[in-house]
Amino acid sequence: MGVYRSNHFLIFRVLKIGNGHLDMTKILNVHKLGKTYTSGSKKLTVLEDISFSIDAGDTFAIVGPSGSGKTTLLGLCAGLDRPDSGTVSLCDVAMNELNEDARAVLRNKNVGFIFQNFQLLPTLTALENVVVPLELQGVKNATTTGKQLLEKVGLADRSHHYPSQLSGGEQQRVALARAFSNRPAILFADEPTGNLDEETGEKVVKLLFDLNKEAGTTLVIVTHDLELAKKTQRVLRLKGGRILDNQLTETL
Amino acid sequence: MNDSSKISNAGAGWIFKMAWRDGKASLKRLLLFMASIILGIAALVSIQSFGGNLKENFTLQSKALMGSDFLIASKQPPTERVQQLIDSLGGANATEINFPSMVAFPKRDAAKLAFVRGINGGYPFYGGLETKPASAAIEYQQRSGALVDATLMLQYDLQVGDSIKVGMVTLPIAGSIVSGPGSTGVSTSVAPPVYIPYRFIEETGLVQTGSRVEYKYYFVANPEPDYTLLADQIDPILDAENADLDTHESTGRQLGRRYDNFGKFLNLVAFIALLLGCVGIASSVHIYIKEKLTSVAVLKCLGATRRQTFLIFLIQIAGMGLIGGLIGTLVGLSLQQFFPYLLKDFLPIELQVAITWLPLVVGPLLGLVMSLLFALSPLLSTWYVSPLQVLRIQESTGSKAKWASAGVLSLILGALFLFSYWILKRAGFALAFVIGILVVFSVLAGIALLIMKGIKRFFPASWGFTARQSLLNLYRPNNQTLVLLLSIGVGAFLISTLYFTKDILVEKTSLEATGKTPNIILMDVQTEQRLAAAASIEANGLPVIDNFPIVTMRIQSIKGRPVNDIRQDTTSTINRWILNHEFRTTYRDELVDSESLATGIWNPDFEADAAVPISLSDNVARDAQVVEGDTLVFNVQGVLMETVVANTRAVDWGRMQMNFSVVFPMGVLENAPQFHVLSTSAPDASSSAKLQRELVKKFPTVAIIDIRQLLETVQDILDKISWVINFMAFFSILTGIIVLIGSVRNSKYQRIRENVLLRTLGAKGKQILRITALEYLYLGLLGSAIGILLSFIGSKLLAEFVFKTDFTPSWIPFLVVLPGIALLVLLIGLFNSKSVLNSPPLEVLRKEGA
Repeated sequence: MGVYRSNHFLIFRVLKIGNGHLDMTKILNVHKLGKTYTSGSKKLTVLEDISFSIDAGDTFAIVGPSGSGKTTLLGLCAGLDRPDSGTVSLCDVAMNELNEDARAVLRNKNVGFIFQNFQLLPTLTALENVVVPLELQGVKNATTTGKQLLEKVGLADRSHHYPSQLSGGEQQRVALARAFSNRPAILFADEPTGNLDEETGEKVVKLLFDLNKEAGTTLVIVTHDLELAKKTQRVLRLKGGRILDNQLTETL
Repeated sequence: MNDSSKISNAGAGWIFKMAWRDGKASLKRLLLFMASIILGIAALVSIQSFGGNLKENFTLQSKALMGSDFLIASKQPPTERVQQLIDSLGGANATEINFPSMVAFPKRDAAKLAFVRGINGGYPFYGGLETKPASAAIEYQQRSGALVDATLMLQYDLQVGDSIKVGMVTLPIAGSIVSGPGSTGVSTSVAPPVYIPYRFIEETGLVQTGSRVEYKYYFVANPEPDYTLLADQIDPILDAENADLDTHESTGRQLGRRYDNFGKFLNLVAFIALLLGCVGIASSVHIYIKEKLTSVAVLKCLGATRRQTFLIFLIQIAGMGLIGGLIGTLVGLSLQQFFPYLLKDFLPIELQVAITWLPLVVGPLLGLVMSLLFALSPLLSTWYVSPLQVLRIQESTGSKAKWASAGVLSLILGALFLFSYWILKRAGFALAFVIGILVVFSVLAGIALLIMKGIKRFFPASWGFTARQSLLNLYRPNNQTLVLLLSIGVGAFLISTLYFTKDILVEKTSLEATGKTPNIILMDVQTEQRLAAAASIEANGLPVIDNFPIVTMRIQSIKGRPVNDIRQDTTSTINRWILNHEFRTTYRDELVDSESLATGIWNPDFEADAAVPISLSDNVARDAQVVEGDTLVFNVQGVLMETVVANTRAVDWGRMQMNFSVVFPMGVLENAPQFHVLSTSAPDASSSAKLQRELVKKFPTVAIIDIRQLLETVQDILDKISWVINFMAFFSILTGIIVLIGSVRNSKYQRIRENVLLRTLGAKGKQILRITALEYLYLGLLGSAIGILLSFIGSKLLAEFVFKTDFTPSWIPFLVVLPGIALLVLLIGLFNSKSVLNSPPLEVLRKEGA
């Protein structure tokens, strides 16, 4: 996986998988993605004809108003859901061809998550929450890594606290530590500051970018906060389930 | 990148670790779940083993009636074959020769028909031979004394030390018999008993060819044999030699159906206790797992496979089931130990409590299996929950989940069948019970769904906020209508079924106890003495209960074939006793309480010169192999009488009253040689003795049988049975109530977020209380009403098919159980929202969210 963390390779490999051409320098390839929900007799198209790709090591933002399909797109990219049309390939693997468990294993190896409502396991302590991805991999000295990560997010002294004993900001910092614990190739963050006050939000964002820089992880942030989006290299704007535009932040 | 196809590396160790970590933090909720298991298993174990103990005690009682485990009886000195058989069984532990004979009391210059029993050995081996003085029971054999029936001594005003003359032998009276083993068969104990040592029998000179003598050989078996097998093996041999085998089991059966029903009831109680536990387990696991689904989605997000997440919670529940089962077993066994101490003053029997190892294995195993079974269905949802749920709530159960649920359901039904079979020991009953439970569940679930639909459709939009909100709670997402209606309904169903069946059985035991059961019987009353004897009884202020004629006769031929022919015919399967029996028949034109017409027509018209239409009890018809229309010729003391079977009757021989196997119509036997039987019921010993003294004086030839002692023994057993029935029923009902509290209490976490939200939005405590109260009141009333109605139907079926008796429903379940359960559910519901009302919203969310 190390190849994705260094930006200095320029080998083009093109693999033909399924019906799409996959560009191998891209860690995430989304091709003609569509998603429709059925509610009773009504059909609701949430995403339509979405295509984009992200280079390994890039920071990327998906922005758009509420109901524009941001979260649905994130779920599809991370393999949490299946599209109705189109393909997603993550870390060279065509997600369509994997079953539920294989996608879980892929996430465990390569993906990290940050959620708006933190989603810590309420019955596990901070430290236990952080080491879950490592333990799933069967890593031996998971606790040591977990403690180091908690120290990095400034919560070494709270490692044996349960989520309910932590503040929102603290919970999100534990979530950050958890997201980086398995040294993922790509990290998805869904409105990481959505549940936090401005000051705490800023601290968490700074921590997120610092940790990301240090680990060289590809970062995908879903947000409606343009200020946060501007901190990434590229911004994809969604509206009504379609791509409005996809450009470099500096050109915005 | 191919490593993504590899299965996750975390092994079984991690799964156990996660199960432990999560379980540790969810302890409070898991304990609620465990409480159901503990209670269910504890009730099952204690009832099963306490019930087993009780049954053993009642077996002892039935042994006490006989005085031994089994006996061989013969009307003649044992043939060589019989003697060999007795030797091969290890030799008799006691022997007896008995016969009816006149005994004389020289001091009173009086004589009386008595039942003389010459006994050798330690008989009775079970129950007591209670005498006054007590030592007489043991010493009379060595001291060459006689024991004389206490009432007889009262009648003739005799004292210990007076003499009694039996044939040629005169012995001192060593003591009076207060109570002793006896038979419930009224016709066999025609006279009060007198015990004398065996060695004097020959000296009496009363045993001669042709005398009515019975030889008995009593056995004590250790270990006890399979009596059915024993009977199969030696009964044919004994039959051929004119001897009989009698076991304590068959004596126990003489106590009638109540005894049998008592065993069935204990089984039913154990079965219900187990079901109650299951209801508790199912409802608590359902709610527990529902709360875990978000965590499962997060774990899946982080890369846990379906198998891993499934196993984490499966292990947790298995662990709880095993521990709960073990604790439940221990609680059950200690409860069982505790019963006799706790209930010493109330318990009418002395209990020998024994611990058996079986429940120690079965209890935890049952806890494990039951928890897993009832957890499987909710656990399945962890398999199908999508990791996407982390991002948004989605509710979709694919066809796969439904298919799997159906599989789980059949697994549960299969296991329930096996458990019922284990407890009830009859496949037909077990199947019926499982179907019954299925029907109850379906009806409850159907009604729950109908109600939800109905409220949605006819929603009273004009109602006030709190009333509307409580109705909304019944059908909108996150409702608990189905789960609570099921657990309340099933709980109420089981509780009231227990109450109804307890009533059926207790009523049956008390009905006869308080009814007019005769305890003094006058035999051999001549036709001309009949009115005078009845007048004497009534002059003492006592009722004449029975007054009927008896004509004795034997069968001459069956369906045109003389009995002598049939006796010679070795291929005939007609029961031999029919051929030799002296039938005591009566004539009347009405059926009595203890019998009902089984086949044919009662009391048909007949012409004077045609065959006489008679009625047979169904067992005689069966043994003689005759049906309606077949002819029988009776030899009525020398006169042959042709009869035709007009009908058969089902007779409850267990009832304490005179029953007849052959009944003639009026207008046939009136002039045949006959005697009459009168009976009365004396309330106490002194009035009984006074009446008997009077009758003995006035009618010296009349035989008076006092069956008060016998009745007391039987009544005693019935009292104990009814006490135990009551106790077991209330113990189980209590278990049911506690399980019910548990499952309603579990619903606490369901409403807490909403109530906090309402609180945050400014709802007053009163408003939240009203919403909660109304929701729980609807559920409680509906659940218990449906449950009790269903149990009414179920009990009717139980009464008819299992207990074979009438069902007169009590009002208690409707008037007490229904409002009781509704109130209980309401109170727990209100108690559940207590924390919301008394603490700030955030604090509640933090505390309860963990």
